[in-house]
Amino acid sequence: MRFKIYRFNPEIDKKPYVQEYVLDKVEPGMMLLDALKIIKEQDPTLGFRRSCGEGVCGSDGMNINGVNGLACVTALSDLSSPVEINPLPGLPVIRDLIIDMDQFYKQYRAVKPYLTRKEPLPELELKQSPKERDKLDGLYECVLCACCSTSCPSFWWNPDKFLGPAALLQAGRFLQDSRDQSTSERLEALEGPFKLFRCHTIMNCVQVCPKDLNPTKAIGEIKKMMLTKTI
Amino acid sequence: MNKKNITYRRFDTLIIGAGGGGLRAALQLSEAEASVAVVSKVFPTRSHTVAAQGGVNAALANVSEDNWHWHMFDTVKGSDYLGDQDAIEYMCRAASKVVYELEHFGVPFSRLDNGSIYQRPFGGQSKNFGGAQATRTCAAADRTGHAILHSLYQQNIRAKTHFFDEYFAVDLIKDEEGNIQGALIFDIKSGDIVVIEAKTTLIATGGAGQLYRTTTNALINTGDGMAMSLRAGVPLQDMEFFQFHPTGIAGRGMLITEGARGEGGYLVNGLGERFMERYAPNAKDLASRDVVSRSIATEIREGRGCGPDKDYILLKLDHLDESVIQKRLPGIRQTCKTFLGLDPAEKAIPIFPTAHYTMGGIPTNRYGQVVTPVKDTPEEAVQGLYSAGECACVSVHGANRLGGNSLLDILVFGRSAANHIITQLQENRFHRQLYQPSVDQALERLFRWDKKGDGESVEGLRKELKKVMDENCGVFRTQEVLDEGIAKVSALAERMKDAVIDDHSDIFNTARVEALELENIMDVALATVYSAAARTESRGAHSRIDYPDRDDINWMKHTLYFSENRSIDFKPVRTKPLSVDSFPPKPRIY
Ligand SMILES: Cc1cc2nc3c(=O)[nH]c(=O)nc-3n(C[C@H](O)[C@H](O)[C@H](O)COP(=O)(O)OP(=O)(O)OC[C@H]3O[C@@H](n4cnc5c(N)ncnc54)[C@H](O)[C@@H]3O)c2cc1C
Ligand code: SF4
Ligand code: SF4
Ligand code: FES
Repeated sequence: MRFKIYRFNPEIDKKPYVQEYVLDKVEPGMMLLDALKIIKEQDPTLGFRRSCGEGVCGSDGMNINGVNGLACVTALSDLSSPVEINPLPGLPVIRDLIIDMDQFYKQYRAVKPYLTRKEPLPELELKQSPKERDKLDGLYECVLCACCSTSCPSFWWNPDKFLGPAALLQAGRFLQDSRDQSTSERLEALEGPFKLFRCHTIMNCVQVCPKDLNPTKAIGEIKKMMLTKTI
Repeated sequence: MNKKNITYRRFDTLIIGAGGGGLRAALQLSEAEASVAVVSKVFPTRSHTVAAQGGVNAALANVSEDNWHWHMFDTVKGSDYLGDQDAIEYMCRAASKVVYELEHFGVPFSRLDNGSIYQRPFGGQSKNFGGAQATRTCAAADRTGHAILHSLYQQNIRAKTHFFDEYFAVDLIKDEEGNIQGALIFDIKSGDIVVIEAKTTLIATGGAGQLYRTTTNALINTGDGMAMSLRAGVPLQDMEFFQFHPTGIAGRGMLITEGARGEGGYLVNGLGERFMERYAPNAKDLASRDVVSRSIATEIREGRGCGPDKDYILLKLDHLDESVIQKRLPGIRQTCKTFLGLDPAEKAIPIFPTAHYTMGGIPTNRYGQVVTPVKDTPEEAVQGLYSAGECACVSVHGANRLGGNSLLDILVFGRSAANHIITQLQENRFHRQLYQPSVDQALERLFRWDKKGDGESVEGLRKELKKVMDENCGVFRTQEVLDEGIAKVSALAERMKDAVIDDHSDIFNTARVEALELENIMDVALATVYSAAARTESRGAHSRIDYPDRDDINWMKHTLYFSENRSIDFKPVRTKPLSVDSFPPKPRIY
């Protein structure tokens, strides 16, 4: 199997180039991360992030044959050769497949992604019915891999003004939590033409999310909440 | 790397590690308005706490009657009586409070119909000091670690904790009197070197699962903090006790949580037998992990494995309601589909005992203070140094950890270490004069990788090390095999001195990071084989074919391994709890 990988080390290279690697032995069940690890044994200068190897840490987001995804849960058998691998698009490249995610994290922090309580806390747990808890399914599982936001054209054009699908999914996660007590502040903070309303329901984010989450739906729910609030 | 341009930064406290342990401590400190720097080699939510599945133990009694004292008994018994009973009492008493706090931080626990936190049965849990199965593990589906880690990070954002994301800690800084003064770190993104001066330093760097080839641990779990402590002259405790989880996916290592058996799953061998009934007539598939792993290994060794090569066992969940699997075990369902192309609701999962958890680690007391023997005192606090989480050894897990007790450990002792640090900070208002020779020593270790020319490859050594650890320090051990292990790991450590890397660039040089990690895991491997060869009994996870019995007369003691001269020492187990009666050693039957 052949791999065409984006290479760029700003210390050495004047501009990015594509390097080809060949893997002779592809075993059944092998994931793209397994292949990258073997390639890195041959060429230790190849840079990419990775940690858990099972799709829970969100480290190894990359653009694989034109689609964003996590290398560790992408089966080689699902890919056509040569596999073209690029860094996630839209954010600055630090080196090879490693992007600078500062802007992505900034937008995440901007939605105040933490539970807020105004009343004193009880000695035991805050009660939440299974039905109320079900509303968090599909929202809390995000691994912050940035596959979605870096596939979103609105985020590409305005990464500093539009929050992007990942951050908005988090905003939704706290708006939907029956325990949170800042609903109106959260909604107010999302007003204006950019932060939320730059989403044009293009749905790229939904197609790429490796955790099968649906930011577009979460964004739709927030828009609905805003409408009911103004009525 | 740029040797001249070193930045010096000052904080009250330095925390190395942003997993559950580090983040819980950081939150406590930030809320007490201490200036705290958290250093992590990966972005905090990528720490391996994120992978924890099944849940965290606390006797909330939401499902069935329970109390902390029963939890304490189970933990002592689970530890095969090697756990320190003062620390265990402390942990089990604190458990409910710590879990309620987590809930208040926003952790999306699954819920029972009455709106309280969902709990499931886990291995080694009992009512009434060894009676019927208890239901003690608080869970957010099978993504409890993710839920906890993200919530803790989020609360730290609120508390404005200072993060150094993607910085690698190289070594501790220690002055002539033995005070720890912080650490030398570098920014992985730029190669810039920073010395963090701190009045107190907490090591929370997690486990060392990368010792072995097939492991449930992430690639970053290379025992860095343990090795840093060794190099600072601190011993490692009880390193012979390494937990093999009964149900890793065969050949691949991804974990299938014990919660799968808690929800009603069970194991079958090649003959279709529920063999755990033979080994643990009462608890069956929910016996303690060391017991289940040994039973699986025995079934396979005696030719009753599954598959064409009879080299794995099957975990059956396909008799459960599909809705149970979807609601309670969605994460492992996704993992099985991705890595095996198999839906556990329809087909049994091939599993094998897999390297999972480091019971041993940096010796601490229940305040998180690192302790080491000085002359005749077995436990003297190392000034300025704390440790919590999987890298530490309090010891609440002794010779075998119960499922659901590690998340509890990292939270309880992350919190208590922070509280102790807060009192220390009140007494120590100023930073001590930085001891430059110690900084230079750390720099030397770092710059050693700038060496050019031919030499051993890091990748090759890493592969060989894992192979040796698999073959010479696995589930079953003998003196001969362990002695050979010592010889082999020592030879690899010797060859390590000639290792070189080709990449000497500064910007995100992952080759350099991996080289430093290999050095660390090599030191931890030495500690592990030396400690294992020293203990001539079988206890918990340390299973000696040549010494099959537990020997309470000679071996109710903790092992200490020192890097200097690779020497071994011992210290007594703390069998006296804080307020209740001691649980004396008894035969362990499940
Ligand atoms: C797959 C899996 C499932 C598990 N499930 C459960 C469960 O259900 N219940 C339970 O109780 N336990 C479970 N455990 C065990 C438990 O999750 C871990 O023991 C625990 O999360 C460890 O937390 P920690 O904070 O000590 O370390 P980690 O979460 O591993 O964090 C270590 C931190 O240290 C940092 N670090 C390390 N070295 C350096 C360095 N040199 N420089 C800078 N930073 C560094 C890392 O970046 C990271 O932030 C599970 C473990 C695994 C592997
Ligand atoms: S649906 Fe919205 S957020 Fe998602 S890709 Fe499209 S514009 Fe971006
Ligand atoms: S929503 Fe999905 S794609 Fe986006 S960051 Fe989260 S896990 Fe990644
Ligand atoms: S390595 Fe963790 S998500 Fe891929």
